[in-house]
Amino acid sequence: MGNFPQKVDRFIESFIAQNGYVRVLEGLKNTLFIAVLGLIIGILIGTLIAAVRVIPKYKTLPRVLNGFCSFYVGLFRGTPIVVQLLVFYYVMLPLMGIRMTGVAVSVLVFGLNSGAYISEIMRSGILSVDLGQMEAGRAVGLSFGTTMMKIVIPQAVKNILPTLGNEFIALIKETSVVSFVGAADLYVAFNYMGSNTYEFMVPYLVMAVIYILLVLIISLGIKLMERSLRKSDRRH
Amino acid sequence: MIDVINLEKHFGDNKVLRGINITIDKGDIVVVIGPSGSGKSTFLRCLNCMEDPTGGQIIFNGVDIADMKVDINVHRRHMGMVFQHFNLFNNKTVIQNIMLAPVYLACQDLRRLKRKNAWIRLTNLFKGGKAKKELLPIKTDKAAIKAAARENALSLLKKIGLEDKADVYPSTLSGGQKQRVAIIRSLAMNPDVILFDEPTSALDPEMVGEVLDLMKALAGEGMTMIIVTHEMGFAKEVANKVIFMDEGTILESAPPAEFFGAPKHPRLKEFLSKVLV
Repeated sequence: MGNFPQKVDRFIESFIAQNGYVRVLEGLKNTLFIAVLGLIIGILIGTLIAAVRVIPKYKTLPRVLNGFCSFYVGLFRGTPIVVQLLVFYYVMLPLMGIRMTGVAVSVLVFGLNSGAYISEIMRSGILSVDLGQMEAGRAVGLSFGTTMMKIVIPQAVKNILPTLGNEFIALIKETSVVSFVGAADLYVAFNYMGSNTYEFMVPYLVMAVIYILLVLIISLGIKLMERSLRKSDRRH
Repeated sequence: MIDVINLEKHFGDNKVLRGINITIDKGDIVVVIGPSGSGKSTFLRCLNCMEDPTGGQIIFNGVDIADMKVDINVHRRHMGMVFQHFNLFNNKTVIQNIMLAPVYLACQDLRRLKRKNAWIRLTNLFKGGKAKKELLPIKTDKAAIKAAARENALSLLKKIGLEDKADVYPSTLSGGQKQRVAIIRSLAMNPDVILFDEPTSALDPEMVGEVLDLMKALAGEGMTMIIVTHEMGFAKEVANKVIFMDEGTILESAPPAEFFGAPKHPRLKEFLSKVLV
């Protein structure tokens, strides 16, 4: 550890003088972009799947949709995210003849992947809302879908917000594998600085600190959001 | 207004309703009583297809709503329902609870009308002068719908003396207040009939009175009501027809004086002797 100060000096030099900060900012932007957009896509897909899975299954269409959704969830929960990234980037897209950047593929795959997880979170949220809420909505003539959107899902989201925050945090951390398909995230930026100076210790340490700071900021945001959503409760 | 013909409902092998026949006219106040497990709640919930009947017909305003092909949402607008556990929308304020369905459904109708007009306009482009169709008249807009619903909601709240609670969330109301709001929520749709599923069973004894008073007021205004309840006093005073159910069938149906004064069926006699001590 004797030469630690020198390592720090070396890092600061490459961070500022050799424009390392530009790469870090670019990486931070990509990491956040993939995580946030992935989460939004995931919430949309997840809500849709969760709603499909709680429809009463008397008719054929809901049954078929339900089967499809189970298959989807099974597929995306059953394979590692790295495998999904690689399969999409090196198998699916070439087969379909589509060209996409690494970041775009990452957004797509993270969206699809978190959709599978969020669907289960959302389903538990929907089931946690009293059945009477749905009945009351139906009794005044609203359709299943309208009652779901206006009454049940807002209450479900309130119940699952802590878990959803968990999912977002997990998503941010998981994005550190997108370099597999050539997307330049935080890891790529610090790895580059390390390889340039042959000193990995300080860059990776700083990287860890940045991830922790990101997660802390997000947890704070979730806490504030939860508080504002709890308006209609007595639990302040 | 409602004709129930041979209504049946079973959950798997468990037959809950075994052929119910009853006619309910406009202005009727029907009270359904019976021991627990007799199927009276299921009967009520079948009337607006909250539980889908497995057999028989329910003719409501000339349409068989037990038929699965009928768009039940359209008919439920004319059939209010009040629940044992109030079921106010927890994420909406009191006035939003009352306004939600009237505003949403009126706006939905408005959108449909506009879509139809757009289609007529499009097809008119390809038609000659005389073949052109007239546009459907649109008399209202979103703002007017909202304003009218708000005014109606406030006047209903005034009627139950809770106008100062318009902007609070249901979690801050007492049980009796919740149930009265739930009743005017169904009233806001201007229903032809209101179904009450044990409206006072989840209330403190102290609060039962205020809910029953509101129901009596409604009865006085000529609202058609079907009420499942254990309040025998209320049945005696307000109902014009009392029904006794046991094991999924109607055993006796009579005006209250005859029902309580001279019960015929032995099962009803036994029931009344236990209830009215």
